[in-house]
Amino acid sequence: MTAAQPVSPASPVSPPGGLAGAPAGKPAGFGHLLLSEWTKIRSVRSTVWALILFVVVTIGFTVLVTALITSNWNSGGGGGGQGGHERIIADPAAFLMGAGVGLGQLTICVLGALLITTEYSTGVIRASLLAVPRRTPMLVAKAIVFAGLILVLAEIVCFSSFFAGSAILHSRVPVSLGDPGVARAVFGTGLYLTVLGLLALAVGTLIRHTAGAIATVIGVVLVLPILSGLLPRSWGAHINAYLPQQAGSLISHARQQPADLLSPWQGFGVLCLWTALLLAAGIYLLKRRDA
Amino acid sequence: MIEARDLTKLYSGKAAVDHLSFTVRPGRVTGFLGPNGAGKSTTMRLILGLDWPNTGVATINGQRYEELANPLRTVGALLEAKSVHGGRSAANHLLFLAQSQGLPSSRVNEVLDLVGLREVADKRAGTFSLGMSQRLGIAAAMLGDPQVLLLDEPVNGLDPEGVLWIRNLLKYLAGQGRTVLVSSHLMNEMAVTADHLIVIGRGKLIADSATQDVIARSSEQSVRVRTPDAPRLTGLIEAEGGKVSLVAESPMAETGSGAAASGLPASGFLASEITGGPRTLTVTGMPAPRIGELAASASVVLHELSLQLASLEEAFMELTSGSLEFGEHSAPAPAADAAAAAADQGHR
Repeated sequence: MTAAQPVSPASPVSPPGGLAGAPAGKPAGFGHLLLSEWTKIRSVRSTVWALILFVVVTIGFTVLVTALITSNWNSGGGGGGQGGHERIIADPAAFLMGAGVGLGQLTICVLGALLITTEYSTGVIRASLLAVPRRTPMLVAKAIVFAGLILVLAEIVCFSSFFAGSAILHSRVPVSLGDPGVARAVFGTGLYLTVLGLLALAVGTLIRHTAGAIATVIGVVLVLPILSGLLPRSWGAHINAYLPQQAGSLISHARQQPADLLSPWQGFGVLCLWTALLLAAGIYLLKRRDA
Repeated sequence: MIEARDLTKLYSGKAAVDHLSFTVRPGRVTGFLGPNGAGKSTTMRLILGLDWPNTGVATINGQRYEELANPLRTVGALLEAKSVHGGRSAANHLLFLAQSQGLPSSRVNEVLDLVGLREVADKRAGTFSLGMSQRLGIAAAMLGDPQVLLLDEPVNGLDPEGVLWIRNLLKYLAGQGRTVLVSSHLMNEMAVTADHLIVIGRGKLIADSATQDVIARSSEQSVRVRTPDAPRLTGLIEAEGGKVSLVAESPMAETGSGAAASGLPASGFLASEITGGPRTLTVTGMPAPRIGELAASASVVLHELSLQLASLEEAFMELTSGSLEFGEHSAPAPAADAAAAAADQGHR
């Protein structure tokens, strides 16, 4: 790759404040790209606000919903409807991991989409692609940095939610991290949020416009499961089981329920497959389209 | 060195750039001139690998842009459209670019000093004035100390001070042996900045020659000279074959443009008529630098020495209006365009 940096015969003199001993010709590695994408993420306020919102909403709603249900336990069903109590008793971990994450996941979706669509809306994409004209490494670096950030934060949030929620729920349904499948469900929920964020990033790369991308991701997460519920029962259930969000969130269940077509890890695998497909499509179009 | 070979770019069947070929050489400022919509920005985007050409190839130092290992170290670009996140500080914008190229972060402050933005480095770029934004764009372009610079309409919307700063910077960088391609739709600006001009209209090449040659094509080319010692200067210029006429010293003619400026032709008449006081002359048949040299060698004071702006614009209009007619007649049939576009889609 040294040939990729031809030194002009009339080697130019450096401008005032020229490159002080920077090794010309040595190509920047992928690590530099990761650093660059990290700088991009941390230097914009909207990222920070979305992450704060994610933490507050997820932990806050876990505590709020759990407290409401626990305190109204004897006054009939709480907020969970008729079968609410049985569902909580059958899999308290799944309840705790759904209580706040259900809303908190939307902030991750929005952030994932914004990460790339704001590059288009502000024009930074041009600067980004001038710096990385092969394009794919830029998106891959962005995805890795984003996934790393969300994974760390989501695990902290999920375990915090679990400990806070289980402490409140303890008087009604005792559950601990040591129970079978619970640790995997809590840790898996962090994984689920991370991959969901990547799915949103992929959708953002495909659609490029903020409003359209966010609407699409929210549609996939919230609306598709409802629509598939309207389909005839026999195949509606199968379609529903393989939707990205429905399949992926199975990982937050401590154990497979009789009604579940997929095991927790199978479901998570389906979400990963969706995400990989959409990312591949995003990379294909990113390379192909005019910036 | 930038080379464009047979570049074509179709937007919904219409050619924005039409089989364009040219070479931009190092060591001089090359002006990329054309009216708005002529395809200048598109051509630059094709060179920079942001858009894909339908035909042809553009190379920088022999390589396509996307083949460059650390492109910002070879090529610096200022695009006309903004490419900065308004919520990000100038320093962070430059930092992520520097990091992507493996450049030391100290380079950020160096380029901020170069463009005079050090004091607002931590301010959000969205708060910047147009001039500051342009300077930030220049800073980004200079980040990798590149040998090749592409600047799209860098003086657009700048105040005179900013225009002068960019003009001098470009000349300075070209003087260091770098390749500098700068686009503009203003002939006047290019006449004083560029050593060489590539003129396009409707995506087609109209002219590719030294700036003075392009200007010389103008039938009305003239130089406006103001001096307190008009008789001596007139004699010197006429001795070298230049033609001198006196600009009427009426308030109406102060602008020195149009028919008023070309009045009173007879030189003999002039020599006797001009007695004292500053006079404004119009010189034809001699380039401005030569007039300046003559004046300097004879120690004649000059108060003004300028190319007649109106005539430069005329030269430009003449060139590009010709292209418009040419374009009308030679435009390919829409069907052919569509077929080409379809073939390209398949190819990609």
